[in-house]
This record gives sequence, C-alpha cells and structure tokens, in this order.
Amino acid sequence: MPEPERPEPPERYEPPAYDPLQPGKGEAIAPTGQGGPIDLALDEAESLEKPLGDDPTGPGPREKARSLWSDAWHQLRRNPVFVIASLVILFLVVISIWPQLIASGDPLQCELSKSQQGAEPGHPFGYDTQGCDVYTRTVYGARASITVGICATVGAALLGSALGGLAGFFGGWGDSLLSRVADIFFGIPVVLGGLVFLSVVTSTTVWPVVGFIVLLGWPQLARIARGSVITAKQNDYVQAARALGAGNGRMLLRHVAPNAVAPVIVVATIALGTYIALEATLSFLGVGLRPPTVSWGIDISNAASQIRNAPHMLLYPAGALSITVLAFIMLGDAVRDALDPKLR
Amino acid sequence: MLLEVRDLHVEFRTRDGVAKAVNGVNYSVAEGETLAVLGESGSGKSVTAQAVMGILDTPPGRIAGGEILFKGKDLLKMKEDERRKIRGAGMAMIFQDALSSLNPVLSVGAQLGEMYEVHRGMSRKAARAKAVELMERVRIPAARERVGDYPHQFSGGMRQRIMIAMALALEPSLIIADEPTTALDVTVQAQVMDLLAELQRELNMGLILITHDLGVVADVADKIAVMYAGRIVESAPVHEIYAAPAHPYTRGLLDSIPRLDQKGQELYAIKGLPPNLLAIPPGCAFNPRCPMARAACRAEVPPLAEVAPDRASACFFWKECVGA
Repeated sequence: MPEPERPEPPERYEPPAYDPLQPGKGEAIAPTGQGGPIDLALDEAESLEKPLGDDPTGPGPREKARSLWSDAWHQLRRNPVFVIASLVILFLVVISIWPQLIASGDPLQCELSKSQQGAEPGHPFGYDTQGCDVYTRTVYGARASITVGICATVGAALLGSALGGLAGFFGGWGDSLLSRVADIFFGIPVVLGGLVFLSVVTSTTVWPVVGFIVLLGWPQLARIARGSVITAKQNDYVQAARALGAGNGRMLLRHVAPNAVAPVIVVATIALGTYIALEATLSFLGVGLRPPTVSWGIDISNAASQIRNAPHMLLYPAGALSITVLAFIMLGDAVRDALDPKLR
Repeated sequence: MLLEVRDLHVEFRTRDGVAKAVNGVNYSVAEGETLAVLGESGSGKSVTAQAVMGILDTPPGRIAGGEILFKGKDLLKMKEDERRKIRGAGMAMIFQDALSSLNPVLSVGAQLGEMYEVHRGMSRKAARAKAVELMERVRIPAARERVGDYPHQFSGGMRQRIMIAMALALEPSLIIADEPTTALDVTVQAQVMDLLAELQRELNMGLILITHDLGVVADVADKIAVMYAGRIVESAPVHEIYAAPAHPYTRGLLDSIPRLDQKGQELYAIKGLPPNLLAIPPGCAFNPRCPMARAACRAEVPPLAEVAPDRASACFFWKECVGA
C-alpha cells in the first residue's frame, strides 16, 4: 500500500525563546537567580554541605510503616472475593445468633396437615414431611452449622498448632512421637470413625460432634504448624536472637510463631468450610446432631427419600449448606492470597 | 586475654560420615584488639565462631574437644543458662545478611529494645527510648521517626547498622562479625567497616572479623589468622602477612587479588578445590593444591609452629615461602 504523502513542514525561522539555562546576549554564563548553571552549582554545594542528620524526614518512604499483617489487610479489602465471602459469613453469623430477625416462626412447631406442601404466602420455601416450615428450619439450621464449624476449627487450630509448633521447634523424640500419633489419626476414615465414635453418644448437643471433628482435624493443622515452624526456625533472625541471648520461650513466641502462623490461619479457614460439610454428613447419617436440634444435615437426610415428590424440601437446606461452605472456602482462598507473598 | 580458643574440634554428623569442620583451632583476642579470621567457604571460620557463641546446631554438630575461655572461664563447661546470660551482654554477633537476620514482623525499635527488656528487665517504653539512642549512635538519620519502621523499609547499609546497634546494645566486651559487609555494595562496605572500627575503639571491645575479603582486613585488623580445612595455617600481625606470607596458601590468596599493575595479565588462582571435609587429605590438608608440596607434606600434618615473634605457620617449608 502506498504511504499517504505527508506535506513537508515549511521551513520557517523562529526566533529563540528566552532560555534561562543559556547565557544571555553578551554574557558568558547565565546570571544567578535565573535557574542557570550557577544556581545549580550553588544548590548542589548547599545540599552537599548539609549534614545528613539534620533532615527531619530522612531518606526512605514516609508512608505509614506496613507490616505483613497490615499489608495483607490492605490487600484483602480490595479483593472482591474476600468482600463477598465475608459479607455472606457476617450474615450467617448474625442469623445464627438472632434467627428471629428474619424468621418469625418456630422451627419445631409443625402442622402435619400441610405435609410436603409447596410454597405459599408467608411460607416461601414450603413445608416438609412433618409439616414444618422449611424457611424457618433453614434459617435456624445455620446456628448448628456455624457453631460446629467455628468451635471445631478453633479447637483443632489451637490444639494442632500448639502440638505441631512445639514438636517442630524442639524436634527430637517428642516430634517423632507426635508425627506418628498424627499419622494414626490421619488413618481413621472420617465417616467410619464418626459412625463408630458418635453412635454411642446419647447427648443431643453439638459438643460431641465438635469434639469428634477436633479429634480428627488437629493432625492436619499440627502438620502445617510443624512444617511452618521448622521453616521459620531456620531463619537467620532466630539464630540472631539466640546469639543475642534470647531464651527458648521468647524465640518461639516472639520470633518463630508470628512468622509461622500464616499458613495455619489459611488452612484453618478453608477447613472451617469442610468441617461444616462434615457435620452435615454426620447428621445425614444419623450420628451427628439429632432432633430436636435443627440442622441442615438432618433436614437433608429427611428430604432425600422424598426428592421426587417434594424437591423443595431438599433444595433449600442443601443450598444453604453449599453457600456457607463456599463462603468459608472463598474466604480461606482470599486470605491465602493475601498472606502468601509468592502468589502476589 | 579476653577470649582464648584452645585446640577446638567440631564435627558434624552427616549421612555419609563425620565431617570434621574444625580440627584443633587456637586463637586469642585481647580487649580492644581486632582479629581477622580469613578463609574460603567451608574452611571452618564460621563454625568456630558459632561454637564460641554457643549457637551451633547440636545435633548434627558436636564439639569434640577443646576449650573456649572467655575472661578465663571455660564456656564449654558452663550450663546453658549461664551461657545465655553471656550471649548479648558479654559477647555478641553480627551476621552476614542483615535483612534475613532481622525479624520481618517486628519493628526495628521493638527488636533493639528487646535486648534491654531481656537482659536488663527494662519497661517497653524505656527500652524504646534506648533503641532510639542506639540508632543515633550508629548514625541512622531521623532515628526518632524511623524507630517504628520495619526492616524491609531500610536500605542494606542501614539494616547492617541496625544489626551492629543490636550487637552493641549491651556494650559487650567481644563482638564476632561474620562477614558483616559481604552483602553490601562496595561504597557502603567502607562506611559500615569504619563505623564498626570506630565503635570498637570507643568501647574498647575485642573484635573477631570473619571474612574472605583481604581488602576489608588490611585496614581494620591487628592480626590475622588464616584458616584452611578447619585448621589455622598461618597467624601473624596484619602488615607482616601482607609483606611476607609464611604459608603457600596465604601466598596464593594474596596473589589472587586483582592488581592494577597486572592489567592485561591472567589473574592467579589457586588450583583445585577446597578439600572435602569428610575425607581431608592425609598430611598437610593443602598439599594437593600446593605448588611446593613434597613427600613430607603428604606424610605428616605440619604443626602450627612459631616462626617469628607473634607469627606462626603450619608449613614445613615456610622459609622458602617467605623468601619466594
């Protein structure tokens, strides 16, 4: 393709504008006060003479000091995944504390005459086999799931990171013993273990289930904590702290733990979602929570056999469970992205 | 004598056998004196320092023998508790890489103040005031404003100053600096070395400077100990060693410094590699690489013998070396 012809710019004489850096007519060099070379030289000389310590701000960034944690928080706030997940979780926590806020009925008050009926005004999710309002039961079911999820995670994280952290820090035979014990617990199939342990429990509260999940969940967190403590322990600053006279307790709590805790937080957040799913699984199998406790797992279990005639009975508790688990896993993902500098 | 290391042996147990990292090291440092320990990587200079500080990882490390006398008391016979009190207050260490030697999640003020909290039981507030004082002492500009900053917000040279400040906090009588300037660029190296030397004079501390940089040593050291394969092969006052090395290894090191008057010529390099510590060659450990090696060198380990006042060499043929 031929290039479009461009007209040559007409040559025109333009008188030079006044340039302060160039000497004026009849001058060898621009005078002071006009930004010419002399001013530059004077400037240099002054700043070179100034002692370094005089500058009140000093070199370096003057923004507020940011640690790993404030940096992570800074990043999290801008992450839409984190914002959505935490709003969902906030909502779930609120309704599990005050379910009356959005559900006025009583989940245990049922009308058998309305068994398996579909939605009607005031009862948007319809009724289950016992004639209970599915909407009310779904709202009230959040409490059991959230309680089990949070308590089990806190328990497993505390137990796991304490044991794993100590084992990783001190090593030796205690470490070997703990690792083997963790392996044994890893070997227990969750559902089989649940059927065995929980079938003998008669309590209808959430605590046996929480205890069982902690019992099976701590080895995972202990492994993570042990690994990250071993990594953090090898850092030069831990050696440096030792060389400057720090004792074991101080080294572990002040220098190792803050640098090893991030992976534990990430894994625990993701585990929270799976623990909620595990509670539902156990309740579905009839060994987790039991009536009269209201739980999504129990409702799913009751609805499963009726899936063809009344699918709404299954849909709503299962949907609520999925959204809850998803929210916690998304939160865990976002936290991992923020705390792991390698992924940035 | 402030510190005396006598016949120190350190071994490491590895999967392939016992690595003898330090094989009978002797050295001493007086107050106000600077000893430079020179050697390649793996020559045992850092391990010796770690043994002196008591921060050797055991296992796999093991102190197989010897004495470390600090102000006349044998550190190796002390309980861990007593040693811990000496670390930081009596002797302190400056590490090579200041960024990785500072805790990234604590502000430098907190880390400097920690020294006073641990050893002197000061309150957090008083410790922080002391931290500012220390930062000013190592000439960090705007110390008051920067005391709350985190290590990654400082430049390499400033970080090394903070490390020096931490080591000096309790005014110990001995400082061990393990390659304090290796991670810095050349202009900053000189500043940091000058600062260290100045503070040492001021506080009349003993300083052990571990380095492989002959240039750093020349200005600040009083005496030099050259290490090879876990042994000291030569020790001498600094000027004499530069003028007339009495060991072929030292000579090799000096010859391999680039010099302006040799422009265009090939740079000298010591042939071969440092020995494998699992299988140190019999006789003089340097014999496979030594241009002067003879039958005697392969048969027997040459002892570190005095060749002149204050000078010692572990070479049978040191006279030839000095004369060469």
